[in-house]
Amino acid sequence: MTLVHEIGRSLKEALEKLGAMTLFLLRILALVPRALPRVELVVQQVFNSGALSLVIIMLSGLFVGMVLGLQGFQLLQRFGSAEMLGVAAADSLLRELGPVVTALLFAGRAGTALASELGLMVATDQLSAMEMMAVDPLQRAVVPRFLGAVIAMPLLAAIFTMIGIYGAQLIGVQLMHVNSGAFWSQMRAGVDLKDVHEGIVKSCVFGLVCSLIAVYEGYHAAPTAEGVGRATTRTVVSSAVMVLFLDYLLTSAFLS
Amino acid sequence: MRPPEEAAAPAAGPRPPRPRAPSLGSPDALNSSPAIVEIENLGYAIDSRPIFAGLNLRVVAGGVTVILGPSGTGKTTLLRLIGGQVRADSGTIRVGGEDMRTLTGDALFALRRRMGMLFQNGALLTDLSVFENVAFPLREHAELPERLIRELVLMKLQAVGLRGAAQLMPQELSGGMARRVALARAIVMDPDILLYDEPLTGLDPISLGVILRLIRRLNDALGLTSIVVSHDVKETATIADAMYLMSGGRVVAHGSPAEIQRSELPVVHQFINGLPDGPVPFQYPAPDYFGELLERSAP
Repeated sequence: MTLVHEIGRSLKEALEKLGAMTLFLLRILALVPRALPRVELVVQQVFNSGALSLVIIMLSGLFVGMVLGLQGFQLLQRFGSAEMLGVAAADSLLRELGPVVTALLFAGRAGTALASELGLMVATDQLSAMEMMAVDPLQRAVVPRFLGAVIAMPLLAAIFTMIGIYGAQLIGVQLMHVNSGAFWSQMRAGVDLKDVHEGIVKSCVFGLVCSLIAVYEGYHAAPTAEGVGRATTRTVVSSAVMVLFLDYLLTSAFLS
Repeated sequence: MRPPEEAAAPAAGPRPPRPRAPSLGSPDALNSSPAIVEIENLGYAIDSRPIFAGLNLRVVAGGVTVILGPSGTGKTTLLRLIGGQVRADSGTIRVGGEDMRTLTGDALFALRRRMGMLFQNGALLTDLSVFENVAFPLREHAELPERLIRELVLMKLQAVGLRGAAQLMPQELSGGMARRVALARAIVMDPDILLYDEPLTGLDPISLGVILRLIRRLNDALGLTSIVVSHDVKETATIADAMYLMSGGRVVAHGSPAEIQRSELPVVHQFINGLPDGPVPFQYPAPDYFGELLERSAP
């Protein structure tokens, strides 16, 4: 009975939080038209969330592509179709690994930075000070960060995918001596616009969700060191779970 | 101890300096002068724990009003109620004639443009330099040419003695300097009311003296109304026109600094002399000590 009660309570809390996040998103979206004219603030946040995450995204993309090249070559060689490595690598990177791994890395790097930055602004009264200066902290501090992260995420996913394909080519063509012409021509023939479209939609959705979770947790952090720490942890955990859950839903939708 | 009037000439904002209000020290003046903040029968609770229960207070325009009280009596909460950051459960709060319990949205923001607040830790925006922190309200609210913004910011920084620190970042400032920068930011829009949240806490004697003088000088030179929340009785008494002492969620004494210091009320006596026990008990409410000890040692 206690277990059922606990599950019910957790479910109720989760639904309440989902509702609160939806309302928070609507408040943010309502303020976007007012925040957009301050382009410099958004550009600054694209730099913070995007450019500062580039190194980790590029390195991870390269290694993921290299592993994909190795594993794919081993598997395809068994069936005598090693030339298919290009299409296999590009397809999995474009549709799955690019958006998903980028989103997970993005949540760990940019998401935690956003949550802790906003949490510290709460803890040190910076957002209260904005309110007392008749400046809406949601419009001035949250919306530009949210927009910057939403814009940066698909760009990072594209870079991750591109570098990943290069990594697969590096292993497959340069190391395993798969025919270069076959690698690229099979890729061109096997990958169509629908695959690219799927990758773009996924990275945009993941970007929106990760950014929303980060700014929500940061903005609502308890004004203590522990509160900021909890907000940062919740950002990573919630983002990771939501990205994987949504990936399943989106993949099902695209396949059907 | 009060800073000389002739020294009270920091750089003023674009608005001409308003004349200083007449002395507010006498009870008659306190009751008859126009009030800019009026609080009547205020009730406010956090998580069903009452913070204020029937608090009455009026702040006379043009003076320095000091609100005293032990830690945890809700002094900072009172400032947040006056600033409209939290809502009262009952009673009325009128600031400049506006009812803070019903004021929302643009009307609330319009009123806040007439207010400035100095937070206990300064609350400077850590990603902006000192100059940009002071310029922040101007950039947000006024479409002024860059040259004019620069002149106004340097003027306010000169007033608090930190024009030379304009390019420093908040992390490079001492606690006292951060509060002076925050003070420059609070006056940059030439407010009518300035709220100070524990402006003297944790300062060395020199910084403390500087902040005290600035509160009084800025109040007089700019014709402000200052509300200072503090628990430093002797220091704030040197600049105050009126003092209120809060305890147990209500005002227990008010009057001029001299009247407060002469008061024979036990709670005032305990607070001013820093006595550990009295009407404000040393012990947090707890069950009987020996009874609890015996209960724990029982097998």
